[in-house]
Amino acid sequence: MAARGSRFLGHLHVDGPLLIGICAILGVGLLALYSAVGQNTAMLTAQGMRILLAMVALLIMAQVEPTLLRRAAPWIYVFGLVLLTLVLVSGDVGKGAKRWLDIGVRFQPSEIMKLALPMVMAWYLHERPLPPSAGVILATLVFMLVPVAMIGLQPDLGTAILIGLSGATVVFLSGIGVRYIFSAIAIGLGSMPVLWYMMHDYQKQRVLTLLDPDRDPLGSGYHIIQSKIAIGSGGIFGKGWLNGSQGQLEFLPERSTDFIFAVIGEEFGLMGAAAVLLIYLFIVGRGLAIATMAQDTFSRVLAGTISITFFFYVFVNSAMVTGLLPVVGVPLPLISAGGTSMVTLMAGFGILMSIQTHRKLLAR
Amino acid sequence: MAYTLRIKDHWAEQRLFLHRIIVSVLIVVVLMALVAGRLTQLQVFDYEYFSAQSQGNRIRLQAVPPTRGLIFDRNGKILAENLPTYQLELIPEQVPDIDDALARLGALGLIEPDNITELKKQIDGNRRFDSVPVRLRLSDEEVARFAVKRLNFPGIEIRARLSRNYPYGGATAHALGYMGGISSADKEKLSQTDYAGTSHIGKISIERAYENELHGTVGTQEVLVNARGRIMQVLGGEPATPGQDLILTLDIDAQLAAQSALEGRRGAVVAIDPSTGEVLVFSSSPTFDPNTISVGLSHSQFNALQGDPSLPLFNRALRGSYPPGSTIKPILALAAIHDKTVDPEHQIMCRGYFSLPGKSHRYRDWKRGGHGLMNLNDAIAQSCDTYFYSLAVDMGIDRMQEILEQFGLGAVTGIDVGGEKPGLVPSRAWKQKAFSNPGDRVWFPGETVITGIGQGYLLVTPLQLAQAVATIAAHGKRFRPHLLHATRDPVSGSIYELPEQPLDPVPVPDDEQWEFIVSAMHAVMSEPRGTARAVSKGAPFMMAGKSGTAQVFSVGQEEEYNSEEIAERMRDHALFIAFAPLENPRIAVAVIVENGESGSGVAAPVARRVMEAYLGNKAAGTGSETISSTGWIGNGG
Repeated sequence: MAARGSRFLGHLHVDGPLLIGICAILGVGLLALYSAVGQNTAMLTAQGMRILLAMVALLIMAQVEPTLLRRAAPWIYVFGLVLLTLVLVSGDVGKGAKRWLDIGVRFQPSEIMKLALPMVMAWYLHERPLPPSAGVILATLVFMLVPVAMIGLQPDLGTAILIGLSGATVVFLSGIGVRYIFSAIAIGLGSMPVLWYMMHDYQKQRVLTLLDPDRDPLGSGYHIIQSKIAIGSGGIFGKGWLNGSQGQLEFLPERSTDFIFAVIGEEFGLMGAAAVLLIYLFIVGRGLAIATMAQDTFSRVLAGTISITFFFYVFVNSAMVTGLLPVVGVPLPLISAGGTSMVTLMAGFGILMSIQTHRKLLAR
Repeated sequence: MAYTLRIKDHWAEQRLFLHRIIVSVLIVVVLMALVAGRLTQLQVFDYEYFSAQSQGNRIRLQAVPPTRGLIFDRNGKILAENLPTYQLELIPEQVPDIDDALARLGALGLIEPDNITELKKQIDGNRRFDSVPVRLRLSDEEVARFAVKRLNFPGIEIRARLSRNYPYGGATAHALGYMGGISSADKEKLSQTDYAGTSHIGKISIERAYENELHGTVGTQEVLVNARGRIMQVLGGEPATPGQDLILTLDIDAQLAAQSALEGRRGAVVAIDPSTGEVLVFSSSPTFDPNTISVGLSHSQFNALQGDPSLPLFNRALRGSYPPGSTIKPILALAAIHDKTVDPEHQIMCRGYFSLPGKSHRYRDWKRGGHGLMNLNDAIAQSCDTYFYSLAVDMGIDRMQEILEQFGLGAVTGIDVGGEKPGLVPSRAWKQKAFSNPGDRVWFPGETVITGIGQGYLLVTPLQLAQAVATIAAHGKRFRPHLLHATRDPVSGSIYELPEQPLDPVPVPDDEQWEFIVSAMHAVMSEPRGTARAVSKGAPFMMAGKSGTAQVFSVGQEEEYNSEEIAERMRDHALFIAFAPLENPRIAVAVIVENGESGSGVAAPVARRVMEAYLGNKAAGTGSETISSTGWIGNGG
């Protein structure tokens, strides 16, 4: 039975353990969302439709052979850059920033870049000996900085940082020397004042608010205060599903999107929140395992980057919701309600599955 | 940089990659541990703190204002009630453009365009989710006008609220008072908790004096609120206890009779039940509409009321001080009989004036040529001034002061509403204190003479006068006048009646002496020469009375009035005191009509209408018309 099942999944190029982890998190996510939207089934159905769409994207990506993906990588990257340019020129404005593009469906082109950037960098490193030389590192950095700068200009600081981090992850996984890493960190720390100067007021506000949420309790500090109250009042075992007063009585803002982790913390307590984090850890671990099993540089680096980037999302969101990081608009992956990020994430997992299931047995 | 050809070493690359993955896993685990540690901190160590914060977020204690007690007259007719009225309320957070909405309400004629800035300020000072009343007491037509357009006004609603209503309007305004917004001065005196959720408070008279009884006890409500403060669920609490109902001593029929009899006049009527001190009528004219004043007047309306020269806000019954004129003659006569200062049957020749021995100044009688031979009964019945000038000189000011004070003049009666004036009974001691010029501090014999006919410094309030005539009717028994008969608990329905409050009786124990005075006052209304004989014509009961006409000394600083008006205000005040029925009196009345000129002609008919309304003999129903239309032969005393 088990063998037949695994063979069936193999035909579909689906990785069983990864699928289990993903489905577990999606299930928890739907429960939390049902509570967060005030038991509005219409909104739950919409999220279900997005999950289905994302599943389709996963299955499609799982069928694409990694070699094909590698060859397509530069074209996808260029396509992504074109869309980003279009956004800057004529994008829709949502919440004060140009992030959306309306081509039949409204979506954020930065989502494509989340996958296109690691792909193009992995493609570039693929033919080159590792660890990469300084020139190669420089070239990969150019690949990275162009889209990061464009997204930062939208402005979408959160996504820019996360995409930058995914690029940095590629470089890190490619095996660059330790001295490069430390100097990068040094440069990063040194450039913080410059970055501060370049930041928009609302971004500065978010950083300041993190340092002292009470300085503006009804403004930008409100999110963090209410979120901490929600999580803290959940205690060890939580108030119970649908019983979280912070969420149900709408004290918690953006509870169905960026702050849904606070709903989980309030209703399911430390146990529930820790369990969710463990499932995420399992998904990340499986992804990294697939990366170590991968057979070429492109697959290895891409699989590792996708997994680690996914982890970054989880970390940045949970750290933001618990007040460890400033409020940046990063949703909790696979759980927060929202369209394009779900599809991108699942497409990423499709790539992981493709890498795992298209291995050539004789290659070793 | 030297270019060296490097060949990919797959095994080395794979080892390097594995190494990096291990480092990554370490980073992942450390960062996850960080988040887990943070969760533990928030959910385990700081749990108490955040749990309390979340409780405070969602549960709020709200005040439930009590329903104000009702006010009834002695026969159970309702005098003050709480009626649902419609008002427009605006919830700021639900109104997309407040300026625009207010402007459009103004265009619909639902709010005064002048008030918009004021309203805007009020709205801005409020919490976004609390509704702000922008217009009180909508008429049915206005409700309809808004209802048609209500879809154009999101966030603005018609709400029904309880507001105080006085069915008899101005007729009871001076007796009951009215409700007004709680002022900042009130706020300092009131308990914040008792008045949480209450916006109005009793301003004068009964509404103010019995504020504590009427208000009730505020209730509390524990409510679950959402982030915008909207109530999601009521969790519990204590209901408000409604205020006590008041049953007054007033008789609304008699009160209405008094008010309509005074219509168009300035004056006051007070009627008291002589056997209890219960105030049956407490009327002052002109009056005002307590219903509009409770809603809040505009500045111009209020100024008009305040600046009205006839002083509609002035409670004449309680605070108006008037010379009593001849109405005090029976009191002085009583003292004279008791002291044997005069022999009642002894006759005095009235030539139309009186002079002090050795002085040439003539104190004139109101009747030129005089009354002729007068005994005490005739002097009261015909109100002979000459007789009383002489009587006053024989009695002396000290005895006059004593008897007048024993009847309660010159001091507040202690009625159960505030703001009463004491009037003035002059005396030697008073004159010593009141005047700064040493020459004025002595009591002159001439002042004794004019005090004998109720002129000079003597001042009484209509309430005092009514109490004095009630005292005559009760043969000297006195009670503290009061408007409250009983309180009723609206929940249990149990009635608590206030005990009678007897005062020191007038120390004239001989009933025959009282009978003499009473019969002389009956003669006023029955003998062919009685000053008010016309008033008792056709009355179904016998009555006793005494007219009075008091000179107005000064007009005051009223230079702005035209000469006609001054002339009107120079006319004498008309007074009348009466009680009925003659045997076993049930009502004693004092009437004052400012500048009414004739006590018997103008004030006496008012007294009769009131007594008739109270004694309730509708058989003589046409009587009241006859009285007001008959031409009176105005022989005031």
